[in-house]
This record gives sequence, C-alpha cells and structure tokens, in this order.
Amino acid sequence: MLMHGDPVLTLMIFIPLVGMAVVLALPSRAHDAIRWTSTLFSAPPLLLAVRVLHGFRPDAGFQLVHRGPWIDAFDIEYFVGVDGISITMVVLTALLCFLCMIASFGIEKGVKGYYALFLLLETGMLGVFCALDFFLFFVFWEVMLLPMYFLIGIWGGPRREYAAIKFFLYTLLGSVLMLVTILYLYFASDPHSFDMTQLSRTAHVTINVQLLLWLALFIGFAIKIPAFPFHTWLPDAHVEAPTAISVILAGVLLKMGTYGILRINYGILPAATLAPAWHGRSLAFWLLAALGTFNIVYGALAAMAQTDLKKLVAYSSISHMGYVMLGMAAFTPQGINGAVLQMFNHGTVTAMLFLLVGVIYDRAHHRDIAGFGGLASIMPVYTGVTGLAFFAAMGLPGLSAFISEALVLLGAWQNYPLLTVIGASAVVLTAGYLLWTLQRMFLGKPNEKYLTLPEINARELFTLVPLGAIVIFLGIYPTPILDLQSPALVRLNDHVTQAAARTAGTERVAVAR
Amino acid sequence: MGTTESLAYFHPELVLAAAILAVIFVDLALTGRAGRQASEWPGNLALAGVGAALVLTRGLRPLDVRGAWLFNGMIVLDAFSVFFKVLLGLALLAVVWMSLSSREIRAQPNEGEYYALLLSSGLGMFLMASAGTLLMAYLSLEFVSLTSYVLTGFLRHNRRSGEAALKYLIYGGVASGAMIYGMSWVFGLTGAMDYAGIARGVAALDPASRGALFLALVLVLAGFGYKIASVPFHMWAPDVYTGAPIPVTAFLAVGSKAAGFALLLRFFHFGVGHEGPAPAVAQVPIPQLASIICVATMTLGNLAALSQTNMKRLLAYSSIAHAGYALLGFVVFADKGVEALLFYLVAYYLMNLGAFWVVMLIANATGREDLDGYRGLAWRGGAAPALALGVFLFSLAGLPPLAGFVGKFNVFAAGVQAQLYVLVVIGLLNSVISLYYYARVVKTMFLDDPTADDPALRFGANELGPVGVLSLATLVLGVNFNWLLRWVEVAGRVFTG
Repeated sequence: MLMHGDPVLTLMIFIPLVGMAVVLALPSRAHDAIRWTSTLFSAPPLLLAVRVLHGFRPDAGFQLVHRGPWIDAFDIEYFVGVDGISITMVVLTALLCFLCMIASFGIEKGVKGYYALFLLLETGMLGVFCALDFFLFFVFWEVMLLPMYFLIGIWGGPRREYAAIKFFLYTLLGSVLMLVTILYLYFASDPHSFDMTQLSRTAHVTINVQLLLWLALFIGFAIKIPAFPFHTWLPDAHVEAPTAISVILAGVLLKMGTYGILRINYGILPAATLAPAWHGRSLAFWLLAALGTFNIVYGALAAMAQTDLKKLVAYSSISHMGYVMLGMAAFTPQGINGAVLQMFNHGTVTAMLFLLVGVIYDRAHHRDIAGFGGLASIMPVYTGVTGLAFFAAMGLPGLSAFISEALVLLGAWQNYPLLTVIGASAVVLTAGYLLWTLQRMFLGKPNEKYLTLPEINARELFTLVPLGAIVIFLGIYPTPILDLQSPALVRLNDHVTQAAARTAGTERVAVAR
Repeated sequence: MGTTESLAYFHPELVLAAAILAVIFVDLALTGRAGRQASEWPGNLALAGVGAALVLTRGLRPLDVRGAWLFNGMIVLDAFSVFFKVLLGLALLAVVWMSLSSREIRAQPNEGEYYALLLSSGLGMFLMASAGTLLMAYLSLEFVSLTSYVLTGFLRHNRRSGEAALKYLIYGGVASGAMIYGMSWVFGLTGAMDYAGIARGVAALDPASRGALFLALVLVLAGFGYKIASVPFHMWAPDVYTGAPIPVTAFLAVGSKAAGFALLLRFFHFGVGHEGPAPAVAQVPIPQLASIICVATMTLGNLAALSQTNMKRLLAYSSIAHAGYALLGFVVFADKGVEALLFYLVAYYLMNLGAFWVVMLIANATGREDLDGYRGLAWRGGAAPALALGVFLFSLAGLPPLAGFVGKFNVFAAGVQAQLYVLVVIGLLNSVISLYYYARVVKTMFLDDPTADDPALRFGANELGPVGVLSLATLVLGVNFNWLLRWVEVAGRVFTG
C-alpha cells in the first residue's frame, strides 16, 4: 500500500486502536493502569486535533489528505482528509473521548473490556469524520456499532440488553440502505469510484434515481440524528447507557447523522437536494425543515413530560438536533452556518448535561427529578455548573447554543417563516422544562435523605470545566469557529447549486442564496 | 487426455485415496491390541494425507484457461477446480483436526473407520468440483452423499444421530432420484453426457423442446439444491446438522456445500450456460427460478433461525440463509457473480467453520449445545472462545471489517451491477434480520450473567489455537482481500474464456 500525503489524520485515527491493543495486553486486575493507559492513548488524538486545527486553512478545501490504494479490484482507496465541516467534528470527538475516558474512572465492572471497546469506538468515530472514500466511510461507520452495542449492553442500566439491540438493529437498518446507495453510486460512476469528493461529478444518475438514493441515505442518517419517526431508539439507549457512553452518543454519534446528510446527501446528490421544487424550495429541504421543526417541538414536549432526568436530557437532544436539521434545510449562509455550529455546540452542551446527570446518579443512585430538592444548598458548585449547562441548553444569550440557534432561526426565517415561528416558540418550552427541572431539583427545601451528598469532586470538575469554558467562550466570541467552517460551507453551497444546475440542465432549480 | 496420462494431473486425489487405504490398514493392524495410545494413529495419518493432498494442489497448473479434460473428458482440471480443491482440502484438513479434539468422536470405538469415511467423502468432493460429465457429476455426488449418511449416523448409541442419518438418507435418496431422472432427460434432449456436448446440444435445441429442457433442469437443480441446502430442499439440514457429530456438521455445512456450489456452477455454466453470445439458459426461465429460490432460501433460513435455541440448529438455519446469499452470485450468472460466489465461499469457510469449532469446544467442555449453556460464557473462563465466536457471528451477520461483510459486499455488488436491485435489497434486509439472532448468541455470552450452576471453564492453548487462527483470518480477510479477489478472478475466468 503506497500512501501519500500527510499521515497526521491517520495517526490520529489509529492511535486509539493501538491503545486498545495495549490495554488488552494489560492484566485485567490492573484497573488503574488500564484507566490511565486509555486516557493516555486518547490524549494524542486530541493534541493532534488541536495541531490540525492550528494549521488549518479554512479556504483551502480538503486538507491533510492522506490516501493510497487499498482494494484495487474495486478502486477502493484509503482516503482521509478534513475540511471546514469535519474539522470541528473531529475536534469535538477527540475532546469528548478524552474527557469521557476520565469520566469513566468510576467503572468497576470489566474495566479492561470497557476501555478497549471505548478506544475502538474512538477510532471508528474519528474515522467516520475523516473518511473521504465512501467504502472507508461505511467501514468506520459500522466499526462504531459493535463497541457501542457492547458498551450499552454490558455496562448499561437494567434494560440494557433491549436498548443495545434496539440501537444496533435500527442503525444497521440505516446502514444497509446506505450500502445499497454506495454500491449503486459506485457502478453509476465513470470510472467506477468510491471517491466522495468526486462522486457527484462522475456518477451519472437520473434525477428520479437520485431522489430514491437521497431518501435511502436520508433514512440511514435520520436514524442516527435521530429524526422523528426513527428516534425511538434514542431515549432507550441514553437511559441505559453508562454516563460516558451517553455523552458520546449525544455528543458525537448524533452528529454523524447530520454530518452524513451534509457531506453525502448534499455533496454527492446535489440535484436531488435542490430539485424538484415545491413552493420555491426543494422537496428534500421541505422534508428536512418539517422533520426538523417537528423534532424541536416534539422533543421539547416529550422532555417536559419526563420524570427521569437522563430521559429529559435525551429528549432535549432530539429537540436540539431539530435546529440542525432546520438550519440545513434553510441552506442560507446563516442557516447552514448555524446548523454546523449547533452540531458543535450541542455536542459540548449535551456532554455537560449528561456528565452532570452522571455525577448526581453516582451519588444518589437514581435520577428521579422529583426525588431531589434543594440541592443548591448541599452541592453549591454542582448546582452552579448545572445552572450553566442548563442555561446554555436553554439558549441563553452569551452562551454558545444561543448563537447557533439564533443563526438557524435567522437563516430559516427567509424560507420557512411559519416553521421558524413554530421552532422559535419552542424555545419557550425548552426554557420551561429546564427551569422547572432546576427549580424542582435545586431550589426549595432540601430532601432529608440527601443532606450528606458529597460535592462534585475534582475529577468530575476536570471533565466539565473545559466544556463550560468552550460554551462561554463561543457564546461571547463565536468568530473563530465560524471562520473555520464558513468557507467550506460556501464551497458546499456553490458545489450543490452548480452541480445541481449541471445535472438538471434546463430544469429550473430552486435555490436561495 | 487418456487415463495414464491423466494420472499425472491427479496427484491430490491419488494421495487422498492412498491415505484412505492407509487409514483402513492401520486401523486393521491396530485392532485387537489397540490401546488408547495407539488410536491416535488413524487420525494423524488422515491429517498427514490431507495435508499432503493440499500441498500437491500447489503443483496443479491448469493447462489452459478452458482447462484440461482428464480421463477422456470425465474430469476437468482448470483454475476453477483448483480453487475448489484448495478450499475443500482446507475444509477437510480443518475437520480432521477438529475430529482429533472432538470428545464425541474420540469416544467412539471405531475411530479409524471414521477417518476413512471422512477422507472418502473429501475425495468425492474433489471429484464433484471437477466433474466434466453428467455421469461423473452423479457418481461423485452420490459418493459424497453415501459417506455423509454414514458419518451423520456415526454416533451409534445416540438416537438423534441415527435419526438424522435416516432422514438424510431418505431425503437424499429422493433428491438424487429426481436429479438422475433430470439428467437422463438432459441426455435425451442433447444426446451428450459431457458438458461441452450438452452445451452444443442445448444451443441446437428446437424451441418446442424448451419446456422439456426446463423440466429437466429443474429436476437437476433439485439434486444440487439438496446438496447446498437451498429452499425447498433444505428440510433435512436442521435435523441432520443437529444430530450429526459436530465435526461432521461442520464438514457438511462447509465442504459439502462448497462442493455442491462447484457442481452447480459448472453444470449451469459449462453444460447449459455460456456458449455463444447469450447463455443458452436464457432460453428457459432458470435465472428467474434461481432468483425465487435465492430469496426464499435467505428469508426462510433467517426467519427460522430467529427462534432457535440449539446452537447447531441455529447455525444450520443460518447456513441455509447463507446458501441464499451465495445463490445471488449464481443468479447474476455472469463472471462477476461467479467470482463473488467463490469469494463468499472462502469467507463462509472461515466464519462457519470457526463457529462450529467454538460450538465443539463448548460441547467438549460442558456437553451442551443449547444456547443456555452459553450463558455468561465470557465471564466464566470462556472469554477467548466467546470473543472468537463473537467475531464469527458478526462476520456471518455481515459487519465490517470482517470477512463476511466483504463476502456480502461482493455478492451484492455483483447484484447491483446486474441491476438485480430487488434481490439486493431483500438480501440486505435479511442481513438485518440475521443480526438479531447472531447478536442474541453474543448477548447470551457477554451480557447475561452466569448463574451459580454454570460451571467455570478452562481452555488450553492447543484448543484455542485453531479458533484463534480462524478468527484472525476472518478479521484479516475483512481488511485485506485484494489477493483473494485476484484469485477468484482467475478461477472465475474459466467461464468466460
């Protein structure tokens, strides 16, 4: 295999895999050694990600490309690279993995297996965001499934088996649809290729077939987001998964759905994305916008009805991912920038929320909101951090999620005024359930049972503080990240409109620039 | 090529035949004064024989792409048959090895006989892979069947084993009767026994006889379908797989099936397939029939597997389903389809053999074959076999980066290329269904906690070695499969010239 290019991404992707081998070689009883080794092996990807971020040229398109032939017979390549869309996701993944390794120190059962699987999961996730060969993308996408199945299934809560298999089957169903599409596109391209950066130019697919493929891919990704009606695996998986895995699920895995739509649906099937038009917008956008808005409202309403804190956070994820979909559907500079920013912001905010849920669960061994009360006087620091996370999730100005949600709504307003109004008013619902939860858990009379609950400890704070800092920093000064992604999104926009115009020929293509 | 000349290209089979005789004689010599110690001999001898035969396949060079016709056209030596000789040789080798460590087999008083039968069956499969005439096809298939019946019933004092053998015999008899009836029609219609002659005869057939040809081919397909356990000739498989000793089950699932596919491919491609621009088979709706069989086989196999609680039975149904996936390569009926099928058989060899091997290890250690016996396996000393079985099962389910995924990827790619989208989608949905029952086994091993009366297990390195090799190979083939693609391309080129 003759590789050329910069191996930094390859190193980043496979260092956790090496870590997995090392962890497996350690004796099972050496719990601390395993924990520290794993943390140690998840640090280089983060450092490399920061390095990549540092040298990143936003206007240069795909960079740090590393490629070489892999399977000659099918022209499958090992081909990785990042652009402005994936770079933030890579950083997010590396950061959350590193923090979650630390957050998992409390795991006592099967420590070796847990960390080995976690490291494998990290390789899979980083691979998905870096892969630019469709086959490679699919392999990474599936590689992620197995560790996730076991991590939920072995280390999860009481109904873990059900949750694990449900997650597994749902995602696999999505992947097989993706596989058919991949194969179809491969044979439709001339010369046959899996190159994601070229497929839209080389694949000769009629618009009707494109629409079908678009839908198949969309279902695959919608399951991951999860968009209604494919969302039912999420509350189960979240509630049963151990804390760190919930963080990864919500922080990274859900983003793969929206990332896939941007990168593959938009990037490879531009004509189907933009045509045919109905009321000035394409069917694909209407679908995304409608499902996105529905997700926002439905997720918020469902969250309001929860008594289990973790389930509440899980449903709030469904709600917040709706903004991403709405922003993507808007396809205006603000909308799509907001969407991609929201992918990152939701990742950090929701990671904080799940970590905080984990903190209280470790102490009280339940997550029943009504069972708490007056925690503010018992655990003031915990309350403070939780307050920050809750306000961030609410979209309070000055915190990161506000910027992205505002951008999404701004962008969507031009194209979907009605849906935007509905989506925006759901902010009230979000504020409602979060404030209500704050009030029930932290204010009022302390519950006698929990007067001696220990305060959040240094290790837990260590995982939360960087996230909190990011949330505040991006809330005040989002420019760096916007600068990072904007050129790539402009390029995506140009690519989609031009390619769609090419494919459609004389067909009128509805585009809002 | 004449008989004497042909012998020079027949070394693997000759060595196998010699090994069979040697095993029989050694067994005879040992009778009477045979201690437990001495009874290692037949098995090791068989192993050596198979190993030698396998090594000799390296020396086989097809004389040209269209192959050499040995023994006056009875046997074809081409890249295709060499491919199968290697695959079947490996299967035989693994099964002999398995038998050497199988408690079921070791407990039998007449072990020598077993190895003689096993090798005979293997010899028959070698012949199946290279049969060039109807006569040879029939004889070799019957040779394999007859020895398989005995092998299935080898556990004399086990009622299940005897019952399975009887069932196998009866179903096999019916299928082979139907097949030879069909073959006689083919002969009647074309006036030829050898495939090349049949192909010429089919091409010259007048349209009025198409119905007869179709009927004849359906009858022949019944015989082959029975060997590969495709629906509706699959009924025997679950009972036989469950009743037979585990190494025999593995042999039937891997070797017998591969040989069946070899026979099927050669007959339909050489005999009635590619001659002239369009396959003569296109005159009759065999591809359509094959599509129906393909869909029915994978769907029925998977659905029936969902509710199984016996591991051997579960793997039996799963192997029916896998015959369905492989058949997709047959339905495609072009070189890519054949290549994909051949690739699939290699992947299937690794993962299925591996799965049966683990089942045998567990059966040796606990005497149990039911799913409950696997409860918490990973947490009571069986972490290594559980991990290996996990690899095999996920590979069977078709998850990357494992061999099974690449196998399916190839088959489905061939399907997409041939625009058989419906078949591909059904196949992929079947993969989702299959994941459920494979994951259930994994769940039992890893997610369920063992109860107090589940015994703790210990496995030695020599027991785990082969399983480790197979699981590693499954993993490696999932990532690095260029070489195999090239090899199956060479083997498949036989059909396109």
